[in-house]
Amino acid sequence: MVLYDALIAPFTEFEFMRRALAAVIVLALGGAPIGVFLMLRRMSLVGDAMAHAILPGAAIGFLVSGLNLFAMTTGGLIAGFMVAILAGVVARNTELKEDASLATFYLTSLALGVTIVSIKGTNIDLLHVLFGDILAMDDPTLLVIAFNTTVTLVVLAVIYRPLVIECVDPVFLRTVSRAGAPAHLAFLALVVVNLVNGFHALGTLLAVGLMILPAGIARFWSRDITGMICIAVISAMVSGYLGLVLSFQTKVPSGPAIILVAAALYVVSVLFGNVSGLVRQMFPAPHLEA
Amino acid sequence: MAAQLQFRDVTLGYDRHPAVHHLSGEVASGALIAVVGPNGAGKSTLFRGLVGILKPLAGSIERGLDIRDIAYLPQTADIDRSFPISVFDFVGTGLWRSTGFFGGIGKSARGKIAQALASVGLTGFENRNIGTLSGGQMQRMLFARVLLQDAALIVLDEPFNAIDTKTSADLLVLVRRWHSEKRTVLAALHDMDLVRGNFPETLLLARGKVAWGSTPDVLTAENLIEARRMCEAFDDGAAPCVAQDTASRAA
Repeated sequence: MVLYDALIAPFTEFEFMRRALAAVIVLALGGAPIGVFLMLRRMSLVGDAMAHAILPGAAIGFLVSGLNLFAMTTGGLIAGFMVAILAGVVARNTELKEDASLATFYLTSLALGVTIVSIKGTNIDLLHVLFGDILAMDDPTLLVIAFNTTVTLVVLAVIYRPLVIECVDPVFLRTVSRAGAPAHLAFLALVVVNLVNGFHALGTLLAVGLMILPAGIARFWSRDITGMICIAVISAMVSGYLGLVLSFQTKVPSGPAIILVAAALYVVSVLFGNVSGLVRQMFPAPHLEA
Repeated sequence: MAAQLQFRDVTLGYDRHPAVHHLSGEVASGALIAVVGPNGAGKSTLFRGLVGILKPLAGSIERGLDIRDIAYLPQTADIDRSFPISVFDFVGTGLWRSTGFFGGIGKSARGKIAQALASVGLTGFENRNIGTLSGGQMQRMLFARVLLQDAALIVLDEPFNAIDTKTSADLLVLVRRWHSEKRTVLAALHDMDLVRGNFPETLLLARGKVAWGSTPDVLTAENLIEARRMCEAFDDGAAPCVAQDTASRAA
């Protein structure tokens, strides 16, 4: 009964907890696969940079129409898309690498956002944008998140093959198809969509956490990309669930609680993962004959 | 035989500096051509231009075939070997033209992949991660993918570099097979004996064309000495190319 009270009861008793659980499950479904690709493309920190790019967009949305879901979502999407697309276009057509190009654009976006806000002279409370509030999920927000996740999964299915080939052997893809550049841009768009998704629940600063940490966890348990995606999704869901429980029982804020649980799973994976986990390396299985 | 490729006074290079300078000539359909020249002669650059990765600085390359009908094996394949993909799946990407975005890998496609792996002696490696392959096995795998691409024009950039003689011999059998199937093959090579023994036609490149024709006529001592004399260094103070001016005025 103690276990029931600790793990199940919060969700049966409180609707806001059920909504929060639904939100993290949906976020995990869309964000974790994107995180796996970010990691495999060595773009883990790009997600973080993009999260900063979204902030001013959301802030402008907030400035124009207050704490309005659609204004903030649209603002974030527009800012994120602009930065992603411009950075991608510059990287592909000049010698500047994507990370450098992205850094330039997101910093510009951030500066622009802050400037606009300060010109308006409004003292805005951006805590909601910075840290989100997964315990205050209303129907429209849940629907937006679910819609974005659906779009993510459909688009990812379309671009999956070129995306994989571009990760492994970009020159080959360039010689057999022109799909590389559109697939990459579509992927960046999905990164933005999922960051915007995440910011409703976890805020811009932690949104990327539910994408990258599960991907890092998955790397320690599977050598196969399909396996990695599955493990990433499951560990994101488990982190979400346990994080909510932790938050409910200890009054730790829910966003950080979720990310901390994911971080704990990550540490366990680094130590005990069957693919290059540290403990596994200390006690290797005997080598084979051939 | 009809020309499959035409180089029309083409100049290819980086940052305005030519690596291939004013090359003209044509490649007949079904030809087996060795592209020979010292390091920095422009062999890889020529191939990059040929497959459309590098735009010419001047002149043009006319292709008598769809660019997707070219199989290209770069010198240092830009492959992320840490990516979690099996040999089977990697070689399977060679079927892109028939599978595209969504096409399934059915029974016949699986058969083709298995056959390609068998042709390069990699049967049994299907489920290995590409990161676990040796240099020679990696090259065999890349040849298997070229096999699956079923291309009319095959471009191999130094395919036998750092490869042992047994593997080179095995892969050379494939090159001869492609030639007998009337595919056009261009290969950048350094081993002159291998070129003399297997390639009827040779382009000796040293930024510009030193000689192009039948291998015994091209690989003469004088031609090879002339090719070595070529200058590798970029000259930042170099003046704009006059020949280019003349060509554009004529146009």
